[in-house]
Amino acid sequence: MNTPVPSPWGRCMLEPLFWIIRRDLTIAMRRRADVFTTLIFFAIVVSLFPLGIGPEPNTLRLIAPGIVWVGALLASMLALEQIFSADHRDGTLEQMLLTPQPVALLVAGKVLAHWLVSGVPLVLMAPVLGLQFDLSWDALQTLILSLLLGTPTLSLIGAIGAALTLGLRSGGVLLALLVLPLYIPVLIFGAGAVEATVSGLGGQSHLSMLAAILVASLVLTPLATAAALRVAED
Amino acid sequence: MSDGTLQPALQVDALSCVRGDRMLFRDLSFEVGAGELLHLKGQNGSGKTTLLRALAGLLLPESGEIRWNGKNIRSLREEYSRHLLYLGHLNGIKGDLSAVENLRIAATLDGFRLPDSRAWDVLAEIGLKGHEDLPSKHLSQGQKRRVALARLLANDARVWILDEPFTALDVAAVQLLQEVIRRHVEKGGMAVITTHQEVAMIGEHTRTVTLGQMHA
Repeated sequence: MNTPVPSPWGRCMLEPLFWIIRRDLTIAMRRRADVFTTLIFFAIVVSLFPLGIGPEPNTLRLIAPGIVWVGALLASMLALEQIFSADHRDGTLEQMLLTPQPVALLVAGKVLAHWLVSGVPLVLMAPVLGLQFDLSWDALQTLILSLLLGTPTLSLIGAIGAALTLGLRSGGVLLALLVLPLYIPVLIFGAGAVEATVSGLGGQSHLSMLAAILVASLVLTPLATAAALRVAED
Repeated sequence: MSDGTLQPALQVDALSCVRGDRMLFRDLSFEVGAGELLHLKGQNGSGKTTLLRALAGLLLPESGEIRWNGKNIRSLREEYSRHLLYLGHLNGIKGDLSAVENLRIAATLDGFRLPDSRAWDVLAEIGLKGHEDLPSKHLSQGQKRRVALARLLANDARVWILDEPFTALDVAAVQLLQEVIRRHVEKGGMAVITTHQEVAMIGEHTRTVTLGQMHA
């Protein structure tokens, strides 16, 4: 009756990955409000500090790395719950677990799409906010680079927490408690890279650490998240 | 139970499932072979959905084994999923995507490519002509159900596990779905379904398993 056409990609593993990213980006484009919530939250948190502390350039330069990084971290945590909750509610998540594709691969795709939608805007916004703190061009470059390496790690680690708290009523608080301790190394090295650049030491070593953490989470966290999702759907 | 002459494809062996602290069923054994339809009966809360989710591999049973061609489905995992199509209470479609997009993405994840034209044909066949391009959230309950059921037409999975597939469907759609299930079984497929509606299923190959009236 119906003979499905075999995929010309053959057994290419990456095709479902590509489709899941495309799917999530399409959905995100159709509900843009969610994207702006994260971005506006980030802008507000970071902008309030110069207003509250006063226009003393030396103080501002000193606190800038920490504040921008904490703002980015909180904003990215705010967006975490959305990674799986909608898919859980409408049943597409359980269908994903039932496909012949490796779940960890689909998880990686979903996290990547989530980062493109919630993380990349933060990275692009950060230098503009950094200007409020009178950061030098060198420091701004390091800030962008550190966020570029750090925010995907935040999404990857956060996905484990999001999967574990799926379907819980007050999951938001629990999610924060689970995920924050794991975020701390990223925060320390991220803000540290910018601080080191401001003080003239150069942020190379911090950035290398961030890259190492990113690579490790890229390999390990999708497996943990996939396992957590199976538990959540049980 | 098997005599070895013709190996039944899906075997359930001494299965017990617990929800909360209530035993839903205990030591349940049955087989579904090629070309067979299993109608799962039982009152509300008797564990039909739990059993179906266990059969799909979503839920870990308390004890017992579910085997596909003689091997435990927990060890087969993706190899088993390839042959399986499960439709639960949730439709598993995204409201922000159109029927065509939903169907094509589901197909890709199921491991085959569904050309655009074929997707439109399938949706027309299931009675969604003129609604293919609308975001699914604007469709009615019954129409959303049809989008989910369209996967049955597009897929070539051997085992269908359908939890209350007739819910929200109108008379015409119920008849269509019965026809689709009948064709699937006649081709040598397997189906396990639950339904409260008295639908005339294909007589000779239908078997019934009734889950017990255990109440703690």
